[in-house]
Amino acid sequence: MFRDITLGQFYQTDSVIHRLDPRVKLLGTVLFFVSLFCFNNPVGYAVAMLFLAMVIIISNVPFTYMIKGLRSIIFILLITVVVNLFAVTGEPVVSFWKLTVTKEGIIQAVYMIFKLSMLIIGSSIVTLTTTPNNLTDGLEKGLGFLKIFKVPVHEVAMMMSIALRFIPILLEETDKIMKAQLARGADFESGNIFKRVKAYVPILVPLFVSAFRRANDLAMAMEARCYRGGASRTKMKPLKYAGRDVIAYVILFVYTAGSIVAGRLPAFSIDSLFAMVKSIIER
Amino acid sequence: MAIILDHVNYIYGADTGTPVHALKDVCLSIPDGQFIGIIGHTGSGKSTLMQHLNGLVKASSGAIYYDGENIYDKGYNLKKLRTKVGLVFQYPEHQLFEETVIKDVAFGPKNLKLDKKECELRAYDALKKVGFPDELIYASPFDLSGGQKRRVAIAGVLAMNPQVLILDEPTAGLDPQGQKEILNLIKKLRDESGLTILLVSHSMEDVAEYVDRIVVMNKGEVFLDNTPKEVFKHYKELEEIGLAAPQVTYIMHELAAKGYDVDVNATTIAEAADSIAAMLRQ
Repeated sequence: MFRDITLGQFYQTDSVIHRLDPRVKLLGTVLFFVSLFCFNNPVGYAVAMLFLAMVIIISNVPFTYMIKGLRSIIFILLITVVVNLFAVTGEPVVSFWKLTVTKEGIIQAVYMIFKLSMLIIGSSIVTLTTTPNNLTDGLEKGLGFLKIFKVPVHEVAMMMSIALRFIPILLEETDKIMKAQLARGADFESGNIFKRVKAYVPILVPLFVSAFRRANDLAMAMEARCYRGGASRTKMKPLKYAGRDVIAYVILFVYTAGSIVAGRLPAFSIDSLFAMVKSIIER
Repeated sequence: MAIILDHVNYIYGADTGTPVHALKDVCLSIPDGQFIGIIGHTGSGKSTLMQHLNGLVKASSGAIYYDGENIYDKGYNLKKLRTKVGLVFQYPEHQLFEETVIKDVAFGPKNLKLDKKECELRAYDALKKVGFPDELIYASPFDLSGGQKRRVAIAGVLAMNPQVLILDEPTAGLDPQGQKEILNLIKKLRDESGLTILLVSHSMEDVAEYVDRIVVMNKGEVFLDNTPKEVFKHYKELEEIGLAAPQVTYIMHELAAKGYDVDVNATTIAEAADSIAAMLRQ
């Protein structure tokens, strides 16, 4: 029932992207996000899409599997589209009642769809290609400088890795409890919204009980192994940059610089592109 | 014939890149009133198989007939099927949620839209069947001991008045005393109410004494399907798939190998003892 959720899940396969240092992937995601907000012309989007497509192909994760995670945000996408269509002022295209759709609005809406989808896919690539352990190691090391400001980096990273580790376990547990209650004739589908919310009580209570039990067990196991937080803890597999990581950094910076520059060039703006297409057609 | 499985296949995770063929061409027929032990190693597909029987998991191909009707037919009432085929999951005490024991057991009947009185009657009845002490029926299920919790959970399924009762590893995590109690309870249920019972386990020892028939699962396939005596004759093959025959089987075979005239087909300690005693008397 809950196998559809792909956000935050690791996809087991082998690729260069999988083998990259998690810090590269994390910084890469941040840079990719920054680049997405740096341009506002079609060429910029094309460059970003090309870059993303390249990463997806190299990562060996099936595209269909990746976009499963998009399904959950379709609703948010729709709202953004509608808001953009009507709220952006400019050259009117169609108008009815008190609402006007503008040319700028349409362009903005299309941009937003691309922007949001690429944000989601971009961030899911990191989790799909990095094991939770690696991811938190990367976070801990990459954000290590925050320790100067008394941020408990290790503790936060540990909490994150536990949380990530428990997502699949709790999903499985939910599935099991749901089935057990279904076997006792529970009904989660019929009735009005209040009835349906109430129908979930037999799932939520056992789920919380089991989550607390697991948390307790885990705390006990950690205590038993003398876990005392981050101070002077060594790693079994310390993160080390390899040659491919350096190459990846170079590619990343070139991409970011390139997309920022491309995004600023007036020659690539939507109006000049329209003009160009027009002139080609007229010829 | 109550339940018939016809070439049931189940594959999951086809889109995650690592598809698992959990059930391969399983054919079984489960007549009314039989006590069947389903044995298999972890991951042999026994739990998956059980979830097919009340329609919680839908087979990728094949058909399942309950009383002659295909449960995958359009418009088949799965909810009704689930009242007929009661399924007690592994660690069933993890699904308890109500404030009192009686309320929790009454959850099943309540879902059948019975009136309050009938629900409580059925719940009380089910609690009696599992030998739950009267003075605890208004206690919180979370305050009970492990064995008591499990009884409550089993009662929760019995309160639906099923005709078939499936129990997935009902003795897991209990102490030897508790295990014995639960197994005897299941036997009593079968003897008194004529339920069809499917007992899933990975321990031959558990089931040898009680069941009429053993189905051995291995890697999603039915490996053996026969009476306990016949199944234990294959004790060498059972070892190869990571299972073991009851200890008495080994003792009797070793005695026979040393030239003693004992019955190697004895499956329970009582039978073995009789056979050895008879041999000594000669």
